[in-house]
Amino acid sequence: MITHIFEDLCDNCNDCVAICPSHVLDAGEGAPVIARLDQCQTCYMCELYCVSDAIYVGPDAHAAEIIDPEAIRLSGHLGRIRHDHGWDRPDAPGHLDHYRLLGPLLQEGIETAESRYQTLKTDGL
Amino acid sequence: MNDIQAHRCDVLIIGGGMAAAWAAIAAAKTGAITIMVDKGYVGTSGVTATGGPNHWWVPPDPGKRREVIERKLAAGLGLGDPEWMERVIDTTWRTLPELAPYYPFGSDGKGGRYYSGVRGAEYMRALRAYALAAGARILDHHPATQLLVNGDGAVRGARGHARLIRRDWEIQAGAVIMATGGCAFRSGLLGSHGNTGDGYLMAVEAGAELSGMEFSIQYSVSPAWASTRTLPYGAARYYDVDGEEIVQPPRGHAHFQALGAALLTGPVYADLIDAPSALPPVLHDIQPFTPPPFVRKGVDLFKERWPIKLFGEGTIRGNGGLRIRDGNCRTNVPGLFAAGDAATRELATGAISGGGAVNSAWALTSGQIAGAAAAKEALAGRRRTMEQLRSAASAAIHPVAAERPVDRKAIEADIDHHMNGYQHALWRSERQLTDSLKVLEAHWRAIRDHGRAEGLSLVSLRETAAMTATARWCTAAALSRRESRGIHVRIDAPELDAGSGARLLTGGLDMIWTRPEQQRYAEAAA
Ligand SMILES: Cc1cc2nc3c(=O)[nH]c(=O)nc-3n(C[C@H](O)[C@H](O)[C@H](O)COP(=O)(O)OP(=O)(O)OC[C@H]3O[C@@H](n4cnc5c(N)ncnc54)[C@H](O)[C@@H]3O)c2cc1C
Ligand code: SF4
Ligand code: SF4
Repeated sequence: MITHIFEDLCDNCNDCVAICPSHVLDAGEGAPVIARLDQCQTCYMCELYCVSDAIYVGPDAHAAEIIDPEAIRLSGHLGRIRHDHGWDRPDAPGHLDHYRLLGPLLQEGIETAESRYQTLKTDGL
Repeated sequence: MNDIQAHRCDVLIIGGGMAAAWAAIAAAKTGAITIMVDKGYVGTSGVTATGGPNHWWVPPDPGKRREVIERKLAAGLGLGDPEWMERVIDTTWRTLPELAPYYPFGSDGKGGRYYSGVRGAEYMRALRAYALAAGARILDHHPATQLLVNGDGAVRGARGHARLIRRDWEIQAGAVIMATGGCAFRSGLLGSHGNTGDGYLMAVEAGAELSGMEFSIQYSVSPAWASTRTLPYGAARYYDVDGEEIVQPPRGHAHFQALGAALLTGPVYADLIDAPSALPPVLHDIQPFTPPPFVRKGVDLFKERWPIKLFGEGTIRGNGGLRIRDGNCRTNVPGLFAAGDAATRELATGAISGGGAVNSAWALTSGQIAGAAAAKEALAGRRRTMEQLRSAASAAIHPVAAERPVDRKAIEADIDHHMNGYQHALWRSERQLTDSLKVLEAHWRAIRDHGRAEGLSLVSLRETAAMTATARWCTAAALSRRESRGIHVRIDAPELDAGSGARLLTGGLDMIWTRPEQQRYAEAAA
């Protein structure tokens, strides 16, 4: 669930308020306010859309977490999702070139599981 | 209520995922005044945005297409429709590349573009840009709560609440397209929080029929603490609480049953020691949302064992939805069209899940077809004189008895238990379905008799009402289909019954009915 907004990084653009699909955030005096945490679906979209890398979403979708903001700041998590997407440079060459590997990798995994199951079955289980 | 935000348009599209966006593009291109209202934000809401839809992709080689369709028809166990399949394949193939000015299609590794699979967030960002460029108007955070009908019962608009500005809205339209997605009963499935079956409820209140609601059992594996996409887990090994490996077929109902049975007795763990060796270095690049739930938890996805959960997918990767009455994606209610997961996907995939390729191709195609047809109908009726419209909805708006608070949390917990709970969903039987239906009936009555809300609270209460209604339709249909077919599996009727080869319709609010479809839409239209 969304856990923290770093007020010193936030430029109060309210983009996260507008793009959160679940209406979790309200515009505040300064940084937005986490107003309806129970509606958070842990989709990380607010992180993806925040150009200031000011949002941290905790990994647990079922419970709010207590975090040490300073440790998060040093962790390298902030902005990582946006960076990995190449969100700010959609036209950069090669940007989505690996995407075609999704299908074959998925298939390879399923085939591995399938042949493992056949072996286990014939081994008398 | 005099502070209501009012608009008029030709085509109103309710929803904001890929089906709604493709519909908006098609409608706006005809010159029709097109408005799209989404509960969330068009770009991030719905399961398209968090997913990475791989579209059904078959080159225009007639022999090859025929072969693919024949295989699909056989897999769909008699409920698919070859003409629709052909249209879905062809429309997808021709249309998806249109997105190139907005979506940076990657390389196919052979000097060309790779079109069929797209990353969800970028896809929805591109569809938003394309819809706006085509001239559609987008109203984000405008959940619809009810349909408006004229004196003849034809759908002519909707009402809802603009949640960021806290004002009610009303939009009158020549035609309405329902594209509100499927419903996973708030299982926690990635991206599905807003997909609460609202469109099914609104449409049935206006008189629409549903089809295939019994095909609502499907799960995806994820770490116990959050639903993610599933690319890494194909080769996963699973272990029970004692560390014993759980031997299970890697797919299908038996797979879910084996894991579900173990999960009912204690935690189940997975490891990915067998994952493709090429996967770890590229996972963050292909699916940047997948590693953070592990990294941030301090779990090494590829080296450690971690606890799993099965997240219910309801009618999202199941197939049920609004019945399509003709080749233009009309429902049986005049003025109302349906597209994407809000519609039945039996036409394109039969009795098996269309997740993995067919569902997104269906969402694109049904969106395009419904958008063009709704625009044509609305433009033809433009000179219609002003009509008196009324709301078709009642639940949570006009209680039958004294108004009383409704315990939404308790109702939603029960729905989750009966619809996603492994013991219910994976071991369907007459007794168990009858028991579920009783519990759900009581909840429906509580909402209908006593529920009343306004503004933002009405949006939430209507969500609870819609999930309750959807759960009843799924359960009633599962009870009626006394056989096992595709993803509908009954432990008390484990075989396919050759005499039950018709699609199963359902509908009704206080009294739920089910009946086999008598005639295919093609004959009905003739
Ligand atoms: C994890 C996952 C992976 C998948 N992978 C694939 C795949 O690889 N290939 C494939 O073919 N299919 C796949 N699918 C299925 C595919 O993603 C869906 O079929 C498709 O995205 C459906 O699009 P949609 O527009 O109908 O629904 P959605 O994208 O879910 O959109 C529904 C929209 O309706 C809006 N809405 C709901 N209620 C209201 C209301 N009351 N008022 C206004 N708006 C409302 C929501 O906000 C949302 O924007 C996958 C599904 C999942 C969950
Ligand atoms: S998007 Fe980022 S910078 Fe903008 S208001 Fe939200 S947290 Fe602040
Ligand atoms: S994680 Fe998703 S639902 Fe939660 S606040 Fe961010 S955008 Fe909203």
